[in-house]
Amino acid sequence: MSTATTTTAGGVKVVKPTFGSFFHDYWGRVRGGDLGSLPAVIGLILLSLIFGVARDTFFSALNFANLFSQGAQYIFIAMGLVFVLLLGEIDLSAGFASGVCGAIMAILLTNHGWPAYGAIPAAMVTGIVIGFVLGFLVAKFGIPSFVVTLAAFLAFQGILLKLLGGGKNISINNAFVLKLANGNLSVAVSWALTILAIVGYAAVQLNQVRSRAARNLVTDPIGIVGMRIAGVAIVLLVATAILTQERSINPVLNSVKGVPIVAPIIAVFLIIWTFILGRTTYGRHVYAVGGNTEAARRAGIPVDRIRISVFVICSFMASIGGILAVSRANSVDPNTGGSNILLYSVGAAVIGGTSLFGGKGKAINAVIGGAVITVIDNGMGLLGYTAGTKYVVTGLILLVAASVDALARRRAASTGNR
Amino acid sequence: MAATPLLELSGIDKSFGPVQVLHDVGLSVYPGEVTALVGDNGAGKSTLVKCVSGIYTIDSGTITFEGNPVAIHNPRDASALGIEVVYQDLALCDNLDIVQNMFLGREKKRGIVLDEPTMEQMAGDTLASLSVRTVKSLRQLVASLSGGQRQTVAIAKAVLWNSRVVILDEPTAALGVAQTAQVLELVRRLADNGLGVVLISHNMNDVFAVSDRIAALYLGRLAAQVKATEVTHSQIVELITAGRSGNLGLPPEKPSEFNGDVVDITPGGDQ
Repeated sequence: MSTATTTTAGGVKVVKPTFGSFFHDYWGRVRGGDLGSLPAVIGLILLSLIFGVARDTFFSALNFANLFSQGAQYIFIAMGLVFVLLLGEIDLSAGFASGVCGAIMAILLTNHGWPAYGAIPAAMVTGIVIGFVLGFLVAKFGIPSFVVTLAAFLAFQGILLKLLGGGKNISINNAFVLKLANGNLSVAVSWALTILAIVGYAAVQLNQVRSRAARNLVTDPIGIVGMRIAGVAIVLLVATAILTQERSINPVLNSVKGVPIVAPIIAVFLIIWTFILGRTTYGRHVYAVGGNTEAARRAGIPVDRIRISVFVICSFMASIGGILAVSRANSVDPNTGGSNILLYSVGAAVIGGTSLFGGKGKAINAVIGGAVITVIDNGMGLLGYTAGTKYVVTGLILLVAASVDALARRRAASTGNR
Repeated sequence: MAATPLLELSGIDKSFGPVQVLHDVGLSVYPGEVTALVGDNGAGKSTLVKCVSGIYTIDSGTITFEGNPVAIHNPRDASALGIEVVYQDLALCDNLDIVQNMFLGREKKRGIVLDEPTMEQMAGDTLASLSVRTVKSLRQLVASLSGGQRQTVAIAKAVLWNSRVVILDEPTAALGVAQTAQVLELVRRLADNGLGVVLISHNMNDVFAVSDRIAALYLGRLAAQVKATEVTHSQIVELITAGRSGNLGLPPEKPSEFNGDVVDITPGGDQ
């Protein structure tokens, strides 16, 4: 294998990766227990193929578009849970927190006649307040998050019932809110956003290589960077091409085409949280507290404040999940955010590659894991399985993901990777 | 040899409630020298280090830094003076890479974005100044490093900030033979770069291998601070275990010092 030795600015000799050695190193990391999203991506492809072969409607444009609004709530709650899981904590109340926030929005819209621009922020603020209270109890009183959020799980379920006047169903008819989960972008805007996303991604990747090369630091081989950009471009272009097809049964009456509006909403939050986790001091400190709390404390990181903040982020994201769930269902009922939503969301984060032991995870994990969960739910529904079977299968897959996480961790310990 | 100590402690007293842990301890750390701090378990080594690093506040006594009296109330004061401690457990995050660990809590930023290239460059410079050339990549996770490499990263983290005094708490305790040699070499190099180094160790071989001066603590008192070349292995062991060795060390204990309240701790004495 040809590896050229190079010197970084300081004079520390490091190996400059070549195209071949990059894959070799990646495979080495995977074997060493650093799996990331790899199992989830493979699982997603396999599951899609299985469902696609079994039911050709699975690959229809209509069903593909459906996946986005179906999975949005899991993905949003899971993105928030990633932060909590990074600290090795758990938030069991995120599901009902999203229900409470959704209910608050619906009540303000329908019963009090608030406009969307008032009701949506009110729901988000509710999420932030919930998160602050949970985080405060965990960080300052030292109550295990499992207990705090289990109590909150029950309490929020009660609050939701009370808000809805003992279990009534409140429907909404605000056009803007309904559009969030059910509307589509126009074909032109869809393509424009896709191109913008690809150009933006390429610019960020190339800029990174350029700024590192300018300092004479080791960069990823340019071939790898090219492949990464090409991969993202292909996925986005193919998805957009499918989604801009006509998918209405009766196009003359009611044309349905374009990227669902939830897709760019997911993308925006994915970008924001990826940026915050990867490129800011705050994100670095979240990883540090998750990796070694004592080391973080000695480094002067305000551990308690970080702990509170992740719960705030989690409940905030849950509130957005709730808003989208209410939008999708056109209404809120006592089960919004209940039943399997929380478990699917935790499952999404873990299946996507976020470790339950803290310190390892990314925002993208939630999206990939959420896609796996949604595909299972959707595909098995198309195949005509009952809810009972779906739960069993999803439970098994979550168990597999958690085992992969635990085994990878053990493997990492034995290979000296942890 | 430098004439004035970089860091000088004198008359340090420290009590935890009724228990006096440090009695009138003095210690001098000279630039360009390794001062070994030895003593048996419970002799007060860790307490002394924590007083210097600002984790504990001293009850009385003075701390002089470069000839000026200073007050150290918290760890921030200590780092502002350039005093860094490498603790035995290293305080590294396994899930972060070398550069991220070295800058933890003091990240360089451009606007709100982390300035990774600058940090990587500075980390590389620091490691190179310590003649560390054994890492595959500065972006390696600390989890994948060997014990000696981790120790190196922890030490590099301490010297990154133009530190003047580096205190190492048992840096070789968990290492194998080859790695111990590497770390000791690094300790020596720190001193050769002009820093004042305090090495806490139980291992007499390590102490004699690298140190210029040896300070022995005995039951919270400084038994002696001597030049390493002027004492023997067994003298230091006697200082550690008995507090004195020949004409070195504490004066013999006089019964009068106990003020009469001698406690009989002979087993079975209370029957």
